[in-house]
Amino acid sequence: MSSLGKFRYVSTDRRVREDRRFVAGKGRFVADIVLPNTKHVALVTCPHAAARIVGIDKSAALAMPGVHYILDGAELAAATLPLMTGLDTPNVPRRPLAHEIARYSGEWVVAVVADSRALAEDAAEEVIVDYEPLPFVLDAEQALESNDILVHEAHGSNVLLDKTFTWGEVDKDFAAAPRKLKLRVKWGRSSTVPIETFGVTASWDPWRDMLDVHASIQMPRFQDQIAVALKIPVTSVRVHHDVDVGGSYGVKRGIKHTILCGYLSRRLGFPVRLIEDRLENMRGGDAHGPERLFDVEVAFDDNGIVRSMKMRALENVGAYAGRSPFQLGKPVGAIVGPYKIQSVQYRAVAVVTNKTTQDAVRGFGQAPTNVALERTMDEVANVLGLDRLEIRRRNMIRHDEFPYVIPSGTTYDSGDYHALVDKVMAHTSYDSLKAERDALRAKGLLAGIGFAACLEPSGGNAMFEALLNPKIQTTTFMDSCRINVDGVGSITATMHTTSSGQGHETLVGTAIGEVLQIDPETIRVVRPDSLNSLPSGTPVGSRMAIMLGGAAFHAATKLKTKLTTIAAHDLGIPLERAGYDQGEVYDKNKPEHRRTWLDLVQIAWRSYHRMPADMEPGLAVSHVMQVPTGGVLPTADGKVQMYPCTSFEFHFILVSIDPVIGRPEIVKYRIGHDCGTVINPKIVRGMTMGGIAHGIGAALYEEFAYNDDGQLIAQTFMDYLLPSSHEVPDVEIIYHVTPSPNTVFGQKGSGESGYLGAPAAVANAINDALKPLGISTNSLPIKVSKLGDMIAAAQEKKSKGN
Amino acid sequence: MRIELDINGETRELEVEPRTTLLDCLRDQMQLTGAHAGCEHGVCGACTVLFDGVAVRACLIFAPQAQGSKITTIEGVTPGPGEMSVIQDAFCETHGMQCGYCTPAMVLVAHALLVDNPNPTREQIVDAISGNICRCTGYAQIIDAIALAAERLRGANRPVEQRV
Amino acid sequence: MKAAPFEYSRAADIDEACAWLAADENARIIAGGQTLVPMMAMRLARPTRLVDINRIAGLSYIRADGDAIAIGATTRQCDLERDALVARDLPLMAKAIPWIGHAATRARGTIGGSLSNADPAAEQALMAVTLDAVLNYREAGKTAEIKARDFFIGPMVTALPAAACLTGVRYPVWRGKIGIGFHEVNARRSDFAFVSAAVQVELGADGMCKRIAIGVGAATDFPMRLDSAEAQLTGTMLDAAAVKDAVTQALADIEAMDDLHASAAYRKRVAVSLACRAVADARASALGEKIHAH
Repeated sequence: MSSLGKFRYVSTDRRVREDRRFVAGKGRFVADIVLPNTKHVALVTCPHAAARIVGIDKSAALAMPGVHYILDGAELAAATLPLMTGLDTPNVPRRPLAHEIARYSGEWVVAVVADSRALAEDAAEEVIVDYEPLPFVLDAEQALESNDILVHEAHGSNVLLDKTFTWGEVDKDFAAAPRKLKLRVKWGRSSTVPIETFGVTASWDPWRDMLDVHASIQMPRFQDQIAVALKIPVTSVRVHHDVDVGGSYGVKRGIKHTILCGYLSRRLGFPVRLIEDRLENMRGGDAHGPERLFDVEVAFDDNGIVRSMKMRALENVGAYAGRSPFQLGKPVGAIVGPYKIQSVQYRAVAVVTNKTTQDAVRGFGQAPTNVALERTMDEVANVLGLDRLEIRRRNMIRHDEFPYVIPSGTTYDSGDYHALVDKVMAHTSYDSLKAERDALRAKGLLAGIGFAACLEPSGGNAMFEALLNPKIQTTTFMDSCRINVDGVGSITATMHTTSSGQGHETLVGTAIGEVLQIDPETIRVVRPDSLNSLPSGTPVGSRMAIMLGGAAFHAATKLKTKLTTIAAHDLGIPLERAGYDQGEVYDKNKPEHRRTWLDLVQIAWRSYHRMPADMEPGLAVSHVMQVPTGGVLPTADGKVQMYPCTSFEFHFILVSIDPVIGRPEIVKYRIGHDCGTVINPKIVRGMTMGGIAHGIGAALYEEFAYNDDGQLIAQTFMDYLLPSSHEVPDVEIIYHVTPSPNTVFGQKGSGESGYLGAPAAVANAINDALKPLGISTNSLPIKVSKLGDMIAAAQEKKSKGN
Repeated sequence: MRIELDINGETRELEVEPRTTLLDCLRDQMQLTGAHAGCEHGVCGACTVLFDGVAVRACLIFAPQAQGSKITTIEGVTPGPGEMSVIQDAFCETHGMQCGYCTPAMVLVAHALLVDNPNPTREQIVDAISGNICRCTGYAQIIDAIALAAERLRGANRPVEQRV
Repeated sequence: MKAAPFEYSRAADIDEACAWLAADENARIIAGGQTLVPMMAMRLARPTRLVDINRIAGLSYIRADGDAIAIGATTRQCDLERDALVARDLPLMAKAIPWIGHAATRARGTIGGSLSNADPAAEQALMAVTLDAVLNYREAGKTAEIKARDFFIGPMVTALPAAACLTGVRYPVWRGKIGIGFHEVNARRSDFAFVSAAVQVELGADGMCKRIAIGVGAATDFPMRLDSAEAQLTGTMLDAAAVKDAVTQALADIEAMDDLHASAAYRKRVAVSLACRAVADARASALGEKIHAH
């Protein structure tokens, strides 16, 4: 699509315009916005894994100073509709406050409204809830196999989704293959855990019928969901997009928080705010991520060519559905990774348990799937005694095979996997890293090399919805941009969502500047509220460079066309003779014959008599962009065109482990990254580095661990361990650019990069290190003590054997 | 109770409950919102301020305890409206942030570090920021920013052509 | 996450602080507050009164006192970290301090606060036990002292009387051919230890061990000394096999803690290794050898 050739601003090392306000502490985060007369919410949470709410005594709490209201689940359930769910599971209703039954420890039961957060917490302690503890289930396999304990009795089972797809001749390929291998891989429950918790202020104005919402959100169709639940028109919900979001990476959804505060504000007549504290966030913020068990079986030949794969993914979604089961669907679009596996059977199972509800997490299920795939590739190599890099090279799709259709029906747009792998290996030779590994081993340490070759599907349609719930017929996934040139010639562009650090204002400015050949810094980018916005899908699915960048490109192109048309008319030349150069339009036959930017602004704004007939006055344009390759429903046999672009990342790392202590240290970290045309190098590098740090966390440190009583025991930052600067190694990134044919600049997504491969690379390196002991681990996170105990047991066995 | 605090060189008299943390006091009573609440239990570092020049957690100090000390916030190290310090500018140059939530704290930690040690090694920078969790960046561009700021500050007295 | 209400008093002197404690059994001393405040924020601690001793004159000091180094109760960890006297005369403590939290918590945390808090994993508790520190406290207008080995009696429990306030700690200084070793394992470097081991040794001119102190922290309810191993190893050349035997025996019957982060088996096993490594490091450093990082 791109015909720009060499770029003027795209791909140049430019500053990120958002940064100035942040370094001065002048970001505008939700907790910084205080409306007059705002009251504060604190929550009473369920101390049991499952319990019937027998009675609630509010009297003591209500009598306390500064307390305005105490809301329970019964009142809220009577006045509002349950939250929208993705799957067709009407008997699994989800509400902001537990109604009759609380289904996980930490679930919100009562909301207290008081003059200050501290007073609300004081009163929350005095609300007496009478619980009747109920039996509970925590384990996904138990929830799947037995109906003895039902999380939602009316649903009749704990299974929300159980769907098997067969793409290609799986049975035939398995029968024909000389070798087979089975593997079980576990991805522990973790999440993105932004440093800012979720927060919202809702303010109802009864004289304007308007609910103003300031929230730290990253949620598609946010205002629609709030309005439906509160039973008010969407035109009565005004979501302010000019709120800086303090990190999200998927989880800042906040529907239940906002329904709760919206209801309270309407009920009480003043602004109501809920800024989760860290305990509320970790236990009941419904922001946990995937907890997934994979059973993988592959069929392959003696050369290590993988012919077919069967994968069962069992997801423990927690107590309520939300969108989380869809995280089993997105990986369908990259189910074979970068490999030419010709047939696949995929069984996606989601069960409810008595754990905290999940929401979307960076990669939307792709990172766990990549671990399963990449662990499997390593084991195939190990079984055959082949080199693990060589086996990847043999199976990878070749550059000349793109566009490449995978068995599940998605076309990969472009890639040059072998070239990037070669580039990384040229940078740090395999032999030198092996020598380094062997030197560590000679010192008595365990040491291993890890690879991960992973895809980042990007461009974010949500075709997994229609794939997993046939009642959903959505194939439209938009983003948009509006540009206005004012009467003195300055440009203002709009975007229609919040951002959580992705640099979208910079993106819009760069894309428009590129098209108009005008310094991006002169272009103002603003975020109108939801009532003034065009459709936007919000920053999900690594889509904004593609979709917001694309919408800005197209809007700017429309503006450029309009400017050229006006100028050609005014110059009295045919349109095709008019040339555009940095805001001016000239006669190609007589270049000194031209109209300047200000000439054109003058004509468009004030000289209608010089405008082409029937042209709108002014210089306002907009573009609503549909996702490239979108617009097609899944086929009856479950084939689907998922995201339009696939970025590629190749991790190559060295890990050493002190065998006594069991702590893996990442000694070397190299990553090759190809996300097509890089729009802003600083932003892309940051995304990848942050993704790697997050991936290291998921692989080694982070887990929402529960005890046998169903209590979340990693609920503070002392127990849920986020990597600090000590735990993140130096990383060298090697770039390669394979432009996408589907996007305006050839760009692909990078918002999930690093995270999609780091856990797999770390797991593979640790397993390589463990190989001399004859043991392996496929359960993430691989924590120090667990690994230490495993190594000790293996060593003991070995010494006894000797 | 009535307390008197020295914030960014200005003395302010305030009425607080003893349980008010310095963080809440700065944010809610003085509208100094550059210090952020992340965990409120002393782990994430987003609330960092300088206490007599030393980086501390504002969520782990009750406001009355701060009486008699000099408190400096991000607002206090910003040279002027719209004007950035060398350190702040270096963070922009390397894009040492994404969402910006941990950023003021990182800038203050960098400030305290470079006052103490104008020529830190990479390891010393890593160590200095290890008490501040950033979930966006993986730290690399923050480390680069502090190294760049150190280099520029050291170069301030060099001939122009030798500066970074 | 806001603390429950309390009264605040800034004590002018130590006796005033003790008087506040005597008057209200739910009053608590606050020094650095780096452990107490998070507990209060989560409402796991609910003192009715906080008695702030941070501004009491004369409680923050590091000075030579005969054959010991005396350290005041409100001396901050960061002051110890930078102190030349500590670096010279208490090298074991100097080595352990960077493992305490991070710079921002060391900037506020005090030695007296850490000892009074008695976290089984606290480095300062291990230092006090290993170095045979003597703790001084004030109660009802009287000064008293207690040995570190008698001070810690359970996880987060000490023998300090309810209305007493620590005033300072004395650490005997070892002279001669001294070597030290310290090892700690945790999830992330600034986290609480799963296990830690501290060793100080004095060698004779012939390299023979004249005196040795071996402490293990975080494995049990409070830091322990490996007395039997110390007795066995004194007078030996600290041969690696002998050290391993002695340490293994000394730790054979401990009841190690088990939690989310590390199993009891892990703690027990790794305690042996860390103690051995710390002895080896101590011996090497006394001999002036370069210590290889593990």
